[in-house]
Amino acid sequence: MLEIRGLTATVDGREILHGIDLDVPAGEVHAIMGPNGSGKSTLAHVLAGRDGYEVTGGRVGFGGRDLLALAPEERAAAGLFLAFQYPVELPGVGNANFLRTALNAVRRARGESELDAVQFLKLARAEAKRLSMPEDMLKRNVNVGFSGGEKKRNEVLQMAILRPRLAILDETDSGLDIDALRIVADGVNALRGPQTSALVITHYQRLLDHIVPDRVHVLAHGRIVRSGGAELARQLELEGYAGMAADAA
Amino acid sequence: MSHAADPAGTVEAVTRTPYKWGFATEIETELAPKGLNPDIIRLISARKEEPAWLLDWRLAAFTAWQAMAEPHWAHVHHPPIDYQDLHYYAAPKRRAGPARLEDVDPELLATYEKLGIPLRERAILAGVEPAAGEAAPVAVDAVFDSVSVATTFRATLAKAGVIFCPISDAVREHPDLVRKYLGSVVPQGDNFYAALNSAVFTDGSFVYVPPGVRCPMELSTYFRINARNTGQFERTLIIADAGSHVSYLEGCTAPQRDENQLHAAVVELVALDDAQIKYSTVQNWYPGDAEGRGGIYNFVTKRGACRGARSRISWTQVETGSAITWKYPSCILAGDDSVGEFYSVAVTTNRQQADTGTKMIHIGRNTRSTIVSKGISAGRSDNTYRGLVRIMPKAAGARNHTQCDSLLIGDRCGAHTVPYIESRNPTAKVEHEATTSKIADDQLFYCRQRGLSEEDAVNLIVNGFCKEVLKELPMEFAVEAQKLLAVSLEGSVG
Repeated sequence: MLEIRGLTATVDGREILHGIDLDVPAGEVHAIMGPNGSGKSTLAHVLAGRDGYEVTGGRVGFGGRDLLALAPEERAAAGLFLAFQYPVELPGVGNANFLRTALNAVRRARGESELDAVQFLKLARAEAKRLSMPEDMLKRNVNVGFSGGEKKRNEVLQMAILRPRLAILDETDSGLDIDALRIVADGVNALRGPQTSALVITHYQRLLDHIVPDRVHVLAHGRIVRSGGAELARQLELEGYAGMAADAA
Repeated sequence: MSHAADPAGTVEAVTRTPYKWGFATEIETELAPKGLNPDIIRLISARKEEPAWLLDWRLAAFTAWQAMAEPHWAHVHHPPIDYQDLHYYAAPKRRAGPARLEDVDPELLATYEKLGIPLRERAILAGVEPAAGEAAPVAVDAVFDSVSVATTFRATLAKAGVIFCPISDAVREHPDLVRKYLGSVVPQGDNFYAALNSAVFTDGSFVYVPPGVRCPMELSTYFRINARNTGQFERTLIIADAGSHVSYLEGCTAPQRDENQLHAAVVELVALDDAQIKYSTVQNWYPGDAEGRGGIYNFVTKRGACRGARSRISWTQVETGSAITWKYPSCILAGDDSVGEFYSVAVTTNRQQADTGTKMIHIGRNTRSTIVSKGISAGRSDNTYRGLVRIMPKAAGARNHTQCDSLLIGDRCGAHTVPYIESRNPTAKVEHEATTSKIADDQLFYCRQRGLSEEDAVNLIVNGFCKEVLKELPMEFAVEAQKLLAVSLEGSVG
């Protein structure tokens, strides 16, 4: 599904990623853990194609395509979804309208028929209900006046509706109470299937109690310094990053 | 025949031409000679078969105009206008335009397509005219069609007692009403452009809604079809008598061919006790090319008088066209408990300049006004909100709320907010909120990550920004206005 080889990237001329190699096969959930400033969010933004993050070397294959050659919206249409660490407010833009516009853009790009307002609302209400989200979330403006937890839940709702092939969660757990954390985890777990993958970026192990990953990778100083099974996350929780970060330095 | 030697003769000849579709007389002879002087004004008045009082009224306006100087306080720049180098009268004639739809600028046609303008209306808007003796192209059907539509409308309106006709007809058929109200809101000497308009106006509409009557239709579709008759110096007068209600929409979402660079319209609204007037404008005249060449100068005076108690006047405007917009639709809140509203979206791109806003003059007790202005600047354009809220000494309990937001796209455009607040009554409450924001990179990226193209993302964000204003437009135009915003801002990002 996702194949990263020798990926290097700079931000403002400074190299942040020093050569990442990573494989996320279809159907697997991988976690990326690491201390602050290790390059976790940079990796997420590079994969999503954000301006200002310059790829200086390496390649990324996504479902057999050259991901780095695609514009951000083409990556979205190809099935890549990024749940933002800091979801953005869009004043005056209704959540339902935004989601339908996004879903139909993606469906159009995939050669699927667009959903009309009635069909869409039926789908959106069902997803909101499944994720125990109040329906009025659809009527409000995108992230405007949302609490931190509501914003993250809204990301999960978008993910549920857009049904990506690869979901990247960029510290979606930060600032969440335990109930919200469970909703986020439920959203990711519901997406799991033989054709979908997830890359869960987190600083803490606690999200991984709810989303049990197939693999855990530790990122430090722009490199993956260690990979292992789910037990690696628990080990990190006990021992901290200090030892591993030192390995990479 | 020389025009300069015999201007009156020229016009007389035209006057005698019986009206028929197209005015297919020699195009060249329908223009009065260039320049403005009392003789030209007499000629206009004679051609319109106007009563003596109106000629005197025009001449007084001309005298006032001569003593005035072109205003330069607005945040706009243009080369000097030579007012003696303009034609001030052209008979309602067939304008020289492309003969077939195929000859029209493909870019213009593409815009109509995007706006969803029905095919048969596109030719009219593009100014397509049949050559003499040729078979009628699309435009003719539509013109005939619109005549029948207009007739149907007139019948419905007449049944309700609503008078709705060209202002020149009103001068002849309803002289008492016209004489009573013309210039009562915008006097001849009000400002330079209003004085010019008062001296030479030829086109425009007249509306009178009798007491207690709710106008049975939005006065809108009619205008869309007849938008081509938009004149250079339009004069519109709308009177809503006690307890009546009318919604009027001028303009068109499609860009129009227009040979006149200078437009100076005057609109006067009068609302008596408990009457309501809703006046909506969608303005999309030619803005000039990317370098600012060509384009319409739109210098408009629009003012409404809430004369009666509990009367209400609402201005809603979506301004995306013209090279220069100079426009301040205002309300004089004289009646106690009267309400004035101004909802505006002004978009400027490329080299466009807009200096627009409103004046709310609170005279009566407990008068209320609301101002919501949304300015969007892109390219190398300049967009200024200029507004005045004045509370007079007797306006006890007056309230105003002003919300003034600017959105910048790119880093070479300008947004300016110039609010004037004058309160002479201690019980009045005036609130002003202003924000300036840019379409942030993170907003665009967020939308694109969800699958929207950059242009769709801008469109979504801009429409969200303007939502409070767009919802004030009559339903069918709100949808068109949304598309218009998208088309206006195409290519403005990146």
